[in-house]
Amino acid sequence: MKLRTIVWREIFERKNQLATSFLAIFLGITAIVAIRNVTYYSQKAVSRELDALGANILILPKSATLQDYYSADMQEDDFPEEYVERLMFSDLQGLDNMSPRLSSPVEVAGRSFTLTGILPMNEFKAKAAWQGAGIFARPENCGTVVKAPLSPEAAKGSLARKRVIEDLQQDEVLIGNDVAVGANLNEGDKVAMLGQNFTVTAVLPPTGTVDDSRIFGHLHAVQKLTGKGAVVNAIEVVGCCSSINSGLVQKINKLLPEAKVVTITQVVDTQLKTNRMMASLSLIFIAIIALIGGATIANYMYANVFERRREIGTLMAMGAGSRAVLSMFLLKALLLGLIGGLSGYIVGTVLAVAVGPRLANVPVLPMPILLVWALGISIVISLLASFFPARRAARLDPSTALQEN
Amino acid sequence: MLALQSVSKTYTHRGRTVKALDNATLEVQNGDFISVVGPSGSGKSTLLLTLGGMLSPASGRVLVDDQSLYEMSTDKRAELRRKKIGFVFQTFNLVPYLTALENVQVPLLLVGINGHTQQERASSLLTRLGLADRLDHKPSELSVGQQQRVALARMLANDPAVVLADEPTGNLDPDTSGQIIDFLAEVNAEGRTVVMATHDMRAAQRARRILRLVDGAIAPDGKGS
Repeated sequence: MKLRTIVWREIFERKNQLATSFLAIFLGITAIVAIRNVTYYSQKAVSRELDALGANILILPKSATLQDYYSADMQEDDFPEEYVERLMFSDLQGLDNMSPRLSSPVEVAGRSFTLTGILPMNEFKAKAAWQGAGIFARPENCGTVVKAPLSPEAAKGSLARKRVIEDLQQDEVLIGNDVAVGANLNEGDKVAMLGQNFTVTAVLPPTGTVDDSRIFGHLHAVQKLTGKGAVVNAIEVVGCCSSINSGLVQKINKLLPEAKVVTITQVVDTQLKTNRMMASLSLIFIAIIALIGGATIANYMYANVFERRREIGTLMAMGAGSRAVLSMFLLKALLLGLIGGLSGYIVGTVLAVAVGPRLANVPVLPMPILLVWALGISIVISLLASFFPARRAARLDPSTALQEN
Repeated sequence: MLALQSVSKTYTHRGRTVKALDNATLEVQNGDFISVVGPSGSGKSTLLLTLGGMLSPASGRVLVDDQSLYEMSTDKRAELRRKKIGFVFQTFNLVPYLTALENVQVPLLLVGINGHTQQERASSLLTRLGLADRLDHKPSELSVGQQQRVALARMLANDPAVVLADEPTGNLDPDTSGQIIDFLAEVNAEGRTVVMATHDMRAAQRARRILRLVDGAIAPDGKGS
């Protein structure tokens, strides 16, 4: 027989009394594991979405309010196109690509759409070649341009996802899927806007965003037709992630003090806020489990010590030292934490995998690392809550305990 | 040898000071069998607990083999109890959720004996006490007489030199009491020192010496003194 045999037998003998303590720690751990598991996969989904968006920095007029990333450039205010050159010829590291744009409402076939002027990459390259400097002359990997695809099919996907196009003539447009359907337009068709005829060179694949209602033309053509001059509504920037983390946004802000610079993370703020809320919620649960679970366990342990004082006195009469008595109670706390943590992890994981996809709209898989957390939290709380009751047991006066009837 | 040297112990009960031991002096030679008699509250249990290193006196010294018990650390006293002293209680004090065999294994566990030897030794002691067919019974499944026999087996587990029995027959019928006293006499005959507190004069008569405790003071009671 070992000390743990005594502990184990006692747990089973008085399992009903232990049930409340077990439930407190089990439910707390279940909630923490479920929330952390769903949050992790939700965060991962947001990261994937961010990656799919391509551009991760937006430069907007100071007055702009941001509701939707895709319609960020659809506002009245504008700023000089010269900002693009300022960025190109700056010494900023981490600018992978830029896409200035100017939008204006247009009517085609009696329906309202948005004409968005963009600057094809060949114009950037021409400017860079003239100046012999800027982002196109920077080292590979970080701070170099995204290579725009050359084939027309790839160009469609590229514009839809990466918002980059290699070549676009001033009398050419690419149209979103809703425009093609709504105005009954196909590739090669002619379309008249703002008093000028354009050739539809491509119909873009549907994206499910406002881009489906856009007509993309050459920036300078749109500037000329709207009579706004050399201005843009927005500049999309593909920034190098590490550079963004090391203050690229602040550096752009310094370079363009008259503009508002926002990161894509601010654009998807709602999703991030939900994730942050979930993360905070799990912290709150940790606090609740620490307080309620800890108090329940401590209360149970004090009652257990009181109930067993004759038994403790007898053990001391047989020669059990204070360390043996302390170990007996702490071992019980350890087992309680171990079982509570393990069962909480299993049920929390099952719950997250089953309910997570409905709650967060993402597939959720079990996370073994959470088992370490679950066991760590439950064992530490259980041991801390049991320490003082265990110490009281170890310091019990055996003669008093034995003389009580 | 056990010795009390001018030992006093007082309790405060509801504002009143009660003398449990009053300047008690006693010498118990190795292998002796002493009965301590006296009315309830005369200090018999206090005397046994003090001798067993479980209750420190207000004044005086308690010696076990010339070592002053209460000048040792608590852990040293616990070690001495493990090795030299066996207790028997009126209420048996068996651990209710352990079987008879496991109850006897507890003292063996405390001295660090391995599981196999624990089982062998506990089983042999319970067999000696006529409980070979009750090894896996919990205390609640045993009669009071059987429970006291399990307690006796547990007391003997670590082969103690000193047995301190506090009213060992207090809860038993006369026949079972007789068996328990016979057994205590048997362990005394093996060379162990037995100090037994009792109300039962028939049981007390089996000892070599009888001491009477009156208001915490030790008075000889004729036999052997």
